[in-house]
Amino acid sequence: MSNMINLTIDGIETQVPAGSTILQAAEQVGVHIPTLCYLDLHEIGIENKPASCRVCVVEVVGRRNLAPACATPVAEGMVVRTNTPKVIDSRKMVVELMLSDHPKDCLTCPKSGQCELQTLAESLGVRKIRVTGDSMSTYALDESSPSIIRDRDKCIMCRRCETMCNQVQTVGALTAVDRGFGAVVSTAFDLPINETVCTMCGQCIQVCPVGALTEKSNLDEVIEALGDPDKTVIVNTAPAVRAALGEEFGIEPGYSVTGEMAAALRRVGFDYVFDTDFAADLTIMEEAQELVDRLNKFLKGEPVAMPMITSCCPAWINFLETQFPDMQELPSSAKSPMEMFGAMAKSYFAQKKGIDPEDLVVVSVMPCTAKKFEAKRDEMNSNGTSRNDIDISITTRELAQLIKQMNIDLLELEEEDFDDPLGESTGAGVIFGKTGGVMEAALRTGYEWITGQELGDVEFEDVRSTEYGMKVAHVQIGDVTLNVAVASGLGNARAIMEEIKAGNPNQLHFIEIMACPGGCVNGGGQPYHFGDLSIIQDRQAALLEEDENKTIRKSHENPSIKKIYEEFLGKPGSHVAHEYLHTPAHVYREKI
Amino acid sequence: MACNCAKGADKEKYEQLDAFIASLPSTQGELIRVLHTAQGIFGYLPKEVQIYVAKKLDVPVSKVYGVVSFYSFFTMKPKGEYDISVCMGTACYVRGAENVLNEIKNQLGIDIGDTTADGKFSLRTLRCVGACGLAPVVMIGDKVYGRVTPDMVSGILAECK
Repeated sequence: MSNMINLTIDGIETQVPAGSTILQAAEQVGVHIPTLCYLDLHEIGIENKPASCRVCVVEVVGRRNLAPACATPVAEGMVVRTNTPKVIDSRKMVVELMLSDHPKDCLTCPKSGQCELQTLAESLGVRKIRVTGDSMSTYALDESSPSIIRDRDKCIMCRRCETMCNQVQTVGALTAVDRGFGAVVSTAFDLPINETVCTMCGQCIQVCPVGALTEKSNLDEVIEALGDPDKTVIVNTAPAVRAALGEEFGIEPGYSVTGEMAAALRRVGFDYVFDTDFAADLTIMEEAQELVDRLNKFLKGEPVAMPMITSCCPAWINFLETQFPDMQELPSSAKSPMEMFGAMAKSYFAQKKGIDPEDLVVVSVMPCTAKKFEAKRDEMNSNGTSRNDIDISITTRELAQLIKQMNIDLLELEEEDFDDPLGESTGAGVIFGKTGGVMEAALRTGYEWITGQELGDVEFEDVRSTEYGMKVAHVQIGDVTLNVAVASGLGNARAIMEEIKAGNPNQLHFIEIMACPGGCVNGGGQPYHFGDLSIIQDRQAALLEEDENKTIRKSHENPSIKKIYEEFLGKPGSHVAHEYLHTPAHVYREKI
Repeated sequence: MACNCAKGADKEKYEQLDAFIASLPSTQGELIRVLHTAQGIFGYLPKEVQIYVAKKLDVPVSKVYGVVSFYSFFTMKPKGEYDISVCMGTACYVRGAENVLNEIKNQLGIDIGDTTADGKFSLRTLRCVGACGLAPVVMIGDKVYGRVTPDMVSGILAECK
């Protein structure tokens, strides 16, 4: 075949398509060439290939200098050697040069044990650094954001975060600035990140190979609360957390550890262990009701903001507020499941148990870094107490840390159930953690409410998407054809918003947007994937499996949900429901 | 919908910039050209001008700042009434340009790239003005001073009134 290229790598003869790189050809024959700056997000068609770190250099016979494998295309008859003394010495020198301007506080670095630079130095056997300079970078630590910490001293200029922030998410908060020794990834005018358009999605953290971008940890606050005898400390865990937590304890991606997690949380010392999935069911009740109301008005030709867009994702809301400030009437006014949980915990639950809400500490475990910000938003206090409805929001990674710190062996625990009354959930609540899940959950309820008929097959294959793009579907509900779209990744959110601006040619009625590609299972607070998006699909599959195994799969059939409306909220969309479960109009925050 | 908030006293300058941007067939890939023109109009590229350009060209402000901070031609500080350039080319350097530069820094109390608080002097370095026979060379505006020694600095600065 003429479009195939023959070459030899470490003595192994192979054939690869023309246009392949040496790195790709090497993978094919099982030769692992180390990389650092290179990031291959082939699932979303984006690559970070600055070829700047020079870690992947190889010898090509007949070529004067070493070639970066990630960026060198194969050529007919090429003979490549990936582990000659010259190559190894060069790789070692490159790593030593990086380390010469890198802090040596690895023992206490938040990335310790999961740092790609550390791993590389270890595998190359770097035992001393032959290069020393006059000066080291000394940037101030940026702790301005409630979600993300920037330690520019640790930046190695791989620019993966920049690719994530600009090309994948189209946010434009991070950029390479300055030149030479002063070059670093920073923000516009080196502003604190909290003053920029950063949405706090944390996708930059997911790909940063070192400790330059990390989450702001709130674990100390959790531990302090757990140790306070005057406080009742309760926890709720988001759907995506159970599908990834096990990875931090060494199990393969794609296995939920729901029961073990509930058991671990009790051993950690939480007084009640609840499930955000319950609140996801509650969100569906409110959001589906709002959709039915808005749709009815729209079909009657009455003035109403359309299309309706989901509002559960805090990074998406941040994106909307900064990038599309004049379209803020479109999202549902329903709060996110986490915030609905907090609102119900400090009212309904506190009253039931006779606890003063001031003595109740509500902790959330989220796959998300932006949730830390959401928890602190001024409007997220529906109980008039001195603290917001959610006291502390930690990530999946922080929960793993907490479990390890408390010397609990997660995988050895017997599975346990969540507590009542805020722990019972349906399959609809579970799938909130993946792209398309909120849409499907809303349709399961919306269908029955609109048609008054029972839904036979609850699986809406048309809106199911394991892709990282955007999906438009037309769902027949009685006499109405509902035009819906599902988008994950803020780049796709931008595309949909531009489409609506251009007159909504698909006549969309309802849109689900999640900021992270693939949904919350790929949140900024999940175990690091370092660009391997196949892990995300495994986590999605774990949630779908959990949904399938649930006896109840529609939110409105959740007995605990029925009860909370009977005892406390009245009907979906009622005055009480609005007071606790909906947000006032969003406030435009001008950022640069 | 570029905002007008940055305008005010510089209204005419912004109008001049608007006219240049409007004259481009497309703004795609024209960031550096627009910044070049903006610096020509404003003399430098303050924050407000960078934000304005970002909005006009529909690119992130971070990208504009990335470009401005990368190229040494662009400056975010206004030049002084007297713009001093010290040649750091090879000939000037080996004949003691660094000592001259340090003396100027000391006397003015500013670093390279800065402007004095009264706006009178700004200080830059450059590479070879093509007058190596006169090394080391200092330029103030268009005026060239040759064979400069640190002792001569106070006299040269005093000439600037």
